Parts: sequence; structure tokens; C-alpha cells
Amino acid sequence: MSPLKKVILIFVLFLACLYISLPLKKPNKINNDLKLGLDLAGGSQLVFEADTSKISSDKKSSSLESLRNVIERRVNLFGISEPNVQTSNFQGKDRIVVELPGINDAKEAQALIGRTAQLVFAEVVEVPAKDATNPSTSLRTTSLTGADLAESSVTFDQNTGKPAVSLTFTKEGGEKFAKITGDNVGKPVAIVLDNEVVSAPNVQEKIVGGTAQITGSFTLDEAKKLSIQLNAGALPVPVKVVEERTIGATLGAESISKSIIAGLVGLGMVILFMILAYGKLGLVADIGLIVFGVITLALYKLIPVVLTLPGIAGFLLSVGMAVDSNILIFERFKEEKGKHSTISDALEVSFGRAWDSIRDANVATLLTAFILANPLDWNFLHTSGPVRGFAITLALGIAISLFTGIIVSRNLLRLFVKEKKHD
Amino acid sequence: MINWMKYRWLYLVISGTVILSGIFSLLKWGLKYGVDFTGGTLIEYKFQDGKKQTFKYSPMGEEELEKIRLDFKNQKAEEVRFENVGPSIGPELVKKTITAIVISAVGILLWVSLRFKSFKFGLSAVLGMLHDSLVLIGSFSLLGHFLGVEVDFLFVTALLTILSFSVHDTIVNYDRIREIKKKVGGEFYDIANEATSETMVRSLNNSFTIIFMLLALILLGGETIKWFAVALLIGTVSGTYSSPFVSVAILVTWDRIGKRLKKV
Repeated sequence: MSPLKKVILIFVLFLACLYISLPLKKPNKINNDLKLGLDLAGGSQLVFEADTSKISSDKKSSSLESLRNVIERRVNLFGISEPNVQTSNFQGKDRIVVELPGINDAKEAQALIGRTAQLVFAEVVEVPAKDATNPSTSLRTTSLTGADLAESSVTFDQNTGKPAVSLTFTKEGGEKFAKITGDNVGKPVAIVLDNEVVSAPNVQEKIVGGTAQITGSFTLDEAKKLSIQLNAGALPVPVKVVEERTIGATLGAESISKSIIAGLVGLGMVILFMILAYGKLGLVADIGLIVFGVITLALYKLIPVVLTLPGIAGFLLSVGMAVDSNILIFERFKEEKGKHSTISDALEVSFGRAWDSIRDANVATLLTAFILANPLDWNFLHTSGPVRGFAITLALGIAISLFTGIIVSRNLLRLFVKEKKHD
Repeated sequence: MINWMKYRWLYLVISGTVILSGIFSLLKWGLKYGVDFTGGTLIEYKFQDGKKQTFKYSPMGEEELEKIRLDFKNQKAEEVRFENVGPSIGPELVKKTITAIVISAVGILLWVSLRFKSFKFGLSAVLGMLHDSLVLIGSFSLLGHFLGVEVDFLFVTALLTILSFSVHDTIVNYDRIREIKKKVGGEFYDIANEATSETMVRSLNNSFTIIFMLLALILLGGETIKWFAVALLIGTVSGTYSSPFVSVAILVTWDRIGKRLKKV
């Protein structure tokens, strides 16, 4: 293929990427919004530590997975857009990292997610007391639990008008409930949530419909949360919060706008510097750099990459390395220019020679990026967090910079040098 | 041609001074750790007059914390950042990062040794990397003592960035040595000098482009990334310096000692 055809192909690719990377008023399937991390967009991150001490080691990973699923369901039911729930492990400590974009008060979310919500129905049995005037009672848990629920929703108690939570059992659960109520007519049945009796209504008659109602002293909000927790299922293991971070939307927006301005000014200086140092060659490198930026942005959107502050650092480093590839070639070109009969010969030789160092240097960086990004999820390395975001943008940047530094700049220069001969 | 390698004693004095003062500061004052490492609470408020201020608290109970937040709320201050970190998180991340650094150092050692067919090259490149991390960590110990600059996760990221940059730059220098050795040959001392001269302009130009970017970030970027950019700047300067004046200088010294030993 002639250089001209290749340049045309590159130009088509550039236009396609430009279309994807430019912001649209109406995002569509290909061109949606750039995904920003919590440190840029604002939001909360909660880290829970799971207490897996009471779980046998062979069931640990499955119960952690179901823990993650339950938390994710709770967050989704709460109506948060695009939450991120991940498990992470370090030295036997199991963690669940929950990212909640746009949530600026994590307290509420924390209360919703962190509660075990273990629902049990218990029979109240009288314990024969020594002192007949003071009979005591104890609870005997039944086999009817939150796992037997088909659905739960908020209703209002018909007698008091107070918020209550209605329960609909599965078929099996309904049968259990019918048996329990049948056995306990005239006696109370306790509804126990996380080892606390929420209510203990007296059973008037055997209930066969498979529905029940919890009436405690709920506020509407509490009833709503409890219903979400019951719908999502109980947490298989208890959790506690070990980390909470909230970045207000204003700080995030400020970080973005300042970073963009700084990035543009920096990029402008780099572009100017390249032209001053290398003249027309520098201009070609600058075009390559712009192509680099546009392709990178398009890939961030397509993959998609969640952009964070460390991610921006990885991007900047890869910009530096993209420019470096060009500088290596041009410095070499300066040396080779005198040694060869034609400029295009000198150019081809320069590209060949510079390629050795570009390849070796970039492979070393890719190696580091690979270890930091930890794509195989090894437990002794980072499985989440800022370092991973950095590594992913760095690796992506290097891959794209190899493409723009070698293929784009090279073909542009070939075309440029050829036309120069026709002068 | 400039006889770069003649001034190896000077490079040793420069690097030695910087690293020793850093180590002195590290031993005497240590690093100023942010909440990412120590655990505790960091709250940033924007007051009505538009001024922003960050408050830091050591780990405390939920109720005390709520009292403080309510206090600021009453002053009509907007909470722009809230970080409450358990003290157990920090050491883990550091441990994982150190593991990652050790693995990549071994990987780089092997890769460079393989590409340049010499273990000496690999080891010197990794020593250059170590030099740059010591310079960076030492500088932040000094900055922490005199200006109260804290190290946080972003600092860890900067450290990792610099390690990559350092090796990248060193390999470009090595590549020139490899090429001259193959084409012209001769004394290693002279090869090192020639390679340093030939790569100097490229190294400086490349570093300038990165420095421009970072200066823009320091001067115009937000407060959150200011010290992060400073860390990258220190690392870039050190990384550019260390390629010829640490890694290559070590190779030259190694070569000379080896020859002297052979003579004896």
C-alpha cells in the first residue's frame, strides 16, 4: 500500500475516533459520556469488611460472592445509577468495595447496605418458672426465615395508618407460615430481625394466604429500607464499615475543569516546543500527538475506562512517551541525514534504528503497567483502587503511542518527504 | 566530545548529597503520612466567603464525628470532601505496592539483562530505579518536615510512574551503547561517553516536554493534584539525570574495576 493510501486510512480512523470522542448532546450507543471516577465526578466509596471467621473455608468464596450479590441488589434497589460493587481480599481479610457515584451523603447508603437483615419467625414458649406469679417466656426459632420471602413492600397499617412492611411468602414459605400460625392460635409469634424482636403480634387464626405484615414503629423511610433489605436478601455474613470517602460534586467539577485547562496549556506548550525544536518534523509529531489524544479518548469511551486522577497521570506519562518516540526518531534522522543519498533513505534507516530503543523501553513500561493493572486478579497485588486505574491508562497509552509514533508519524513523513522531491 | 565519565566523582557527590540528606530526613523526621495511611478523618469545607479549608482528625467515634459535622453545618459551610479511613487499610496498600514494585524490578532486571545480553546492564538499570525512588521519597520527607506536605495514595502512584519513566529513559541510553559497541567497538569508557553525548539532546528534549506538562499542572491544576505533580516533576528530573550519571556511570565503574582485577 502506498503511503498516501495509508495516510487516507489513518485519516478515516481519526475521523471515526473524533466522532466518538467529541461530546454529544444526546449520547448514543457508541458515543456515550466519558466515565469519570468518584474523585472527579463526586460520590461516595464505602469499604466493608466481612466477618468470615464463622464460615468454613470451602464455603467462603461462595458466601462472599452471594454477599456481593446481595449488596449489589440492595444498592440497585436503592436507585443509584451505575454503582460498582467489588470484592477484594488481602491477607485473609475479605472486603467489599462499594462505589456510589453522585451520592454525597454516604450515611444513608451505609445504613442500608451494612445491615445484615436476617429475618426469622419465632414461636413464643412459656418457660415453667419457679415463681408462679412471674412467668417468663423464651423464643424458639422456626424454619421460616427471610429466605422464604417472595416479595416485600411498604404498606400502611389499616388500623393505625402507620407505615408497615408487607411480606409475601413463596409457596413453601406460605405453607410453613400456615403451620406456625395454626400451631399458635391465641399466642404471639415473634418477628425477629437481626436478633431483635421487631413485633410479636398475637395470632387470631391460622393464616393460609401466604402473606403477613410487620408493624413496628417504623417511619416511612425505615419501612422502605427494610423492604429493600428483605427483597435483596439477608447478608450471608455480617459486615462493618472500615473506610468511607465522599468527594463533593463541586470539588470534583473543580478538579476536572482545572485539570483540563492545565492539560490543554501543557499540551499547547509541548506542541509549540516540538515545532521550535524540530521545525516541520515537529509539526508532523504534533499531528501524531493529536491523533494519539483523539484515539485515546475514543478508546476510553469504548472500553470503557473509568477515568480517575491517577488515571490522568498514567495518560500524561503515556503522552510523554508518545512524544519521546518521535524525538528518538527525529534525533536519529538528524544524524542519518548526512550519511544517506536521499532523505527518504535516511528516514527509513532512522525509523529502523529508533525502533529498537522504542520497543525495548516501551516493553519495560508495559511490564510494569501489567503488574500494576493485575488483569489476572492475583490476590497479592492490587485488585482495585487508584493504582489499577493508573496502570490501565498507562498501558493503553503506550499501546496507542506505539501505533501513532510509528505508523502515523512514519507514513505522514513518507508522504511529506516524497512531495518534497517533486518540488 | 565531552568526557562525561571523567566526572563520575561529581555525580557520586551530587547523588550522594541528595540521597543522604533525604535518608537523614527520613530517619530524623520520617514521612508525614496522610489519612490514607494512618487512618482517621479528613474533611474539607467550603465556607460562605468561598474559602476552602481542610481539617484532619485522628480516628474517633461516630458520635463525635457527627457533632463536628453538625458544627460546620451550622456555620453554613459546604462539605466538599469527606474521608474516613480505618487504620488497617494503609499498610495493606503499601504492602501490595511493594510486592508489585519488587516483581516489576525483577521483571525489568530480566528483560534488560536479556535484551542487552548482560546482567550488569539489568542490575545497573534497577540501581538507577532505586536511586530515583530514594531521591523522591527523601525529597518528600524534607517537604513534609518543612512545608507539611503529606504522602498519600497519589504519591504512591507518582512513585510507580517514576519507576517506569526511569527505566524507559535508561533503556534508551543503553540502546545507544549497544549500537556503538556493535558497530564501532572500543573501550567501554569511550563508548559510554559517545552514547551519552548522542542521547543527551533527546533526553533533555523529552524531559522538557514532560516538565512543561507538569509545570502546567502544578501552576494551574487543582490543589488535589498539586503535590502529585511536584512528585512527578522531582522524579522526572531525577530519572533523566540518573540514566547517564547513575546507571551508565555504574556500568563504567564496574567495567574499570573488572579490568583492574584482571590485571592483578
